[in-house]
Amino acid sequence: MTVMDPLVAMHRAEAAVSVELETPGMTLNIGPQHPSTHGVLRLVAQVDGERVTQVQPVIGYMHRGYEKLAEVRTYAQITTLVNRIDWVSGFANEIPYIRAVEKLAGIEPTPRAQFIRLILTELARISSHLVFMSSYPLELGAPTPLMHALRERERVLDLIESVTGGRFHPNFNRVGGVKPAAGGGSSTKKQTQDLPQGFLQGTRAAMGEVGAVCDDLEELVTGNELIQARTIGVGVIPADVALSYGMSGGNLRASGVDFDLRKHEDILPYADLDFDIPLGRNGDCYDRYVVRLQEIRQAARIVQQAIDGLPSGPLQAKVPRILKVPAGEIYVRAENPKGEMGYYVISQGGKVPYRVKIRSASFSNLSILPWVLEGALVPDLVAIMGSLDFVLGDVDR
Amino acid sequence: MNFWLELLLKLALILAVMLPGALVVIFGELKISAHMQSRIGPYFAGGRYGWAQPLADGLKFMQKEDLVPAAADSMVFRLAPYIVLMGTLATYVIIPFGPDLVVENLDLGLFYLLAVSSLTTLGVLMAGWSSGNKYSMIGGLRAAAQLIAYELPLVLAAVAVAVQAGTLSLNGIVASQAETVFTIGGFDVALPFVLKGQIIGFLIFVTAGLAELSRIPFDMPIAESELTMGYLTEYSGLRFTMFFLGEYAGMVAMAAIVSTLFLGGYYLPFVDADLLNVVGPLVLVAKVGLMCFLFIWIRWTFPRLREDQLQTLAWRWLIPAALVNIMLTGIAKVVL
Amino acid sequence: MTQVDRNSAKLPLGGLLKGMKVTIKAMVTRVHTVQYPVVKETPVPRARGVIALDPEACTVCMLCARECPDWCIYIEGHKQEIPPDKEGGRVRTRSTLDRFDIDYALCMYCGICVEVCPFDALFWSPDYEYSEFSISDLLHDKERLTDWLETVPTPPALEGA
Repeated sequence: MTVMDPLVAMHRAEAAVSVELETPGMTLNIGPQHPSTHGVLRLVAQVDGERVTQVQPVIGYMHRGYEKLAEVRTYAQITTLVNRIDWVSGFANEIPYIRAVEKLAGIEPTPRAQFIRLILTELARISSHLVFMSSYPLELGAPTPLMHALRERERVLDLIESVTGGRFHPNFNRVGGVKPAAGGGSSTKKQTQDLPQGFLQGTRAAMGEVGAVCDDLEELVTGNELIQARTIGVGVIPADVALSYGMSGGNLRASGVDFDLRKHEDILPYADLDFDIPLGRNGDCYDRYVVRLQEIRQAARIVQQAIDGLPSGPLQAKVPRILKVPAGEIYVRAENPKGEMGYYVISQGGKVPYRVKIRSASFSNLSILPWVLEGALVPDLVAIMGSLDFVLGDVDR
Repeated sequence: MNFWLELLLKLALILAVMLPGALVVIFGELKISAHMQSRIGPYFAGGRYGWAQPLADGLKFMQKEDLVPAAADSMVFRLAPYIVLMGTLATYVIIPFGPDLVVENLDLGLFYLLAVSSLTTLGVLMAGWSSGNKYSMIGGLRAAAQLIAYELPLVLAAVAVAVQAGTLSLNGIVASQAETVFTIGGFDVALPFVLKGQIIGFLIFVTAGLAELSRIPFDMPIAESELTMGYLTEYSGLRFTMFFLGEYAGMVAMAAIVSTLFLGGYYLPFVDADLLNVVGPLVLVAKVGLMCFLFIWIRWTFPRLREDQLQTLAWRWLIPAALVNIMLTGIAKVVL
Repeated sequence: MTQVDRNSAKLPLGGLLKGMKVTIKAMVTRVHTVQYPVVKETPVPRARGVIALDPEACTVCMLCARECPDWCIYIEGHKQEIPPDKEGGRVRTRSTLDRFDIDYALCMYCGICVEVCPFDALFWSPDYEYSEFSISDLLHDKERLTDWLETVPTPPALEGA
C-alpha cells in the first residue's frame, strides 16, 4: 500500500464531498446471530436509509447432513433423525417418512395406529402454530402473547409426552404402526405403548383450553390496531408468485390458494373427518397470521373428531424382525405445520436406504425472501420474515 | 449557607430520590410483566418476592467488563451514558414534592423542563453514532427522528396547561389545580387539569411522553427484534447500567411531570399547606406509581410501531389535535 | 374452505383496550409456572429421562450397542466358565458384563436400545437431574446406570383398560 500525501488525501476527500452528495447506502448484515432470524439465518441486505433495496439470504449454518446420515442408518434409526428436522413439530416430520417406507415395503399400518398418528400430528400442528403465535408478536415488539401461547403449548407438549415419552422428539412411529409393547422378555416393568389412561379426556380438555387461548390471542393480537398497522398490506405475496416459488402450507393458503395435502393425500385417514381449510385474501402478513390462528381451531376440531372415531385393535401390523425393504423408489408428502414435507426414499433392497431426499417446506418458503423483501423497510423485513414461519433446522436439514 | 455545600446537598437529595425510585420501578416492571405473562418473575434475590433483584442486577453489571469496541469513537462512546443520565437528573430539579419541597422553583420551570428533557436524545444519538455499529447508528438516527416527531406534540400539550394555569412555574401549575372550582355541601372541590378540560392534552402528553421514553409502542431506537438493541448494542457493564438507570429514572420523571401537569401533583384536598409539605411527597409518589403502572401495562401489551407510522401519528394526528386543544383552552380562558 | 375475515374493532382503538384487558386479567389470575429448584413438576411415567440398567438381566448380546443410531453405548464382556454343579457334569460358559457405559453427551434419547433389548435389561426412567459441570462426567458407567433402576416407575394404566 502506498502512503498518500495527507494534504492530497484531504483535498481529494473535500472534492469528493463537494462534488457528489448522494449516499450509496450500506450493507447491513443481519445474522447469523440476530434475535429475529429464528436460528442461524444470515441476510445480507443492501439498505438505503431504512429501505431495503436488495436481500441475499445465506443459509447452511445449521446443516447437519441428515440426508447423508440416513444412508448409513437402518430404517428404524432414521426416524430418530427425521423428527429433528423441524423441531417445533417433531411428530409431524415422522409421518411422511414412515409412510414412504411402509408403502415401499408394502406394509399396511393398523387403523388404530393411523388414528393415533393423526391425533398426534394435529397436536404437533397446534404446538407448532402456537410457537408462531408466540414468536410473531414478539418480532413486532409485543412480548406478552409469547407467554400466553407457550402456556397452552406446554399443555399440548405434555400430552404428546404422556403418550410418546418425548416432548419434542417423540420417535414414536415404527414401520407398520406406532411403538409396540417394548421388549420380549419376562419382566413386567416395561411399558406397553398404547395410549395411557386419561389421555383422551385430557386431550379434550386441552382442546378447550387451546380454543380459550385463541380467543385471548384474538383480543390481544388480532384485533390490536397496532398489529394491524404493522401487518396489513405488508409483505403481500400474490397467489401466482407464491406458487412459482413453490411455497406451501399456511403461507400459500394465506395467498388464497386452496391447497392442503390433508385433503389431497391419503396417507392419514383425514377423509373420515370434517374440517375447513382457512384461506386468506390478500397474502399479506396479517393473512398469514390469521390463517394460522384459524388452523389451530380447525386442528382442535380434528382432534375432537378423531378421538370420537378412534378404532380399537392392535397398534402394530406384522413386520419381520429385520426389516428389508424391496428395491424401488417412492415420494410421499404430507401437510406439515410449515407446509409440504416430502421424502424421496430409494431402496436397493437392504436394511438401509440407498438415498433419502428430504423436501422441507421451510426451504421453499424461505426462497421467496429476496423477492418479497425488495423495497421493504427494515422493520417490515422482520415482520415479513417472521410471518413466513420457517425453522432453520427445516431449511438446512 | 455556603453555595457549594448547598449545591452538593441538593444533588445528593436528587440522587436519593432518583436512584431508589428507578430501582423500585425496575422491580415493579419485572414483577408486573411476569404476572401479566403468567410467570412468577424474580424469586430468589433478597429472600422474599425477589425484591433485591434490581440490586443484584446492578451488582452483576458492575462486575462486567467495560467494553469499548475498536471501531468506536471512544471519547464520545464513553461520554454518552453520562449525558443521558444528566438529562434525566436535570428534570428532577424542578419537580415539586410539596409547596416548599422543591430543589429549585424556577419561574420558567415548564420551559426548562422541556428543554432539558430532550438532552437525553442527544446522548442517545452520541451513543448510536460513536458505537461504530450499523445497528447502533440506525437506532441513534431513529431516536433523532423520533425527537422531531414527539417533541412538538409534547410541547404543545404542555402549552395548553400553561395557558390554563397562567404560569410556567410548576408550583404555580399545581397551585392553580388546587383552586376551588365549585362547592358541594360546604366542601370546596378542586379538580386537576385532566378533569378541567385538558383530557385531550393529557392523552397527547402521555403518548408523546412514551415516545420520549422510547418505550413500547415507540421503542424503535432500541427495537430488540430489529436492531438487536439499537444504540445499546455495544454497551456493557457500568455504562449499560447508566443507560438502564437513566431509562427508568426518566420514566419516573415523566410520570412525575404528568402527575404535576395534569393530575394535580402533590395536592391533596382538605389538607392545609403546612401539612402538604409532609403528605405531598406521598401523594405525588402514589400518582407517579399509578402512571408508571400505566406505562408498564402499555409496554407489556402492545407491539411496536414503525418509525414512519410514528411520524404519521405525530404530524397528522397529535400536532393538529394539540393545536386545536390550545385554541379551545385559549377560548375557554377568555370566555370563562 | 373458509375465507378469513379482517377482524375489526367497533370503536376506534377498541382493540388496544381489549388487549389491555387481557393482560390485566392475566396479572390477577394465578401464575402457571413453578420456581424450579423449590417446586418440581413430576414428569409423566413414560418420559424419557435417563436409561437404567439391570446388569443381572444383561447377556452382553450387544444388540443395543449395534442398534443405537449414534453408537453411544459401550459394552465389554467376557465368557466365564462355570464349574459343573455335580461331579462329572458339563462345564458351562456364561457371558459376564464388564463394562456398560452410556455417553449421555451423545445420546439422542430415542429409546431404540430399550426397545430392542430382548432380555429386559434396559428401562426408561423419567429422572432428569444429572447435569454435570464437565462433559466427560456425562458418561455413566455400569454402577451409575444400575443406580437409576430404583427410579423406574410402574407403567401407567392404559386407555380403555
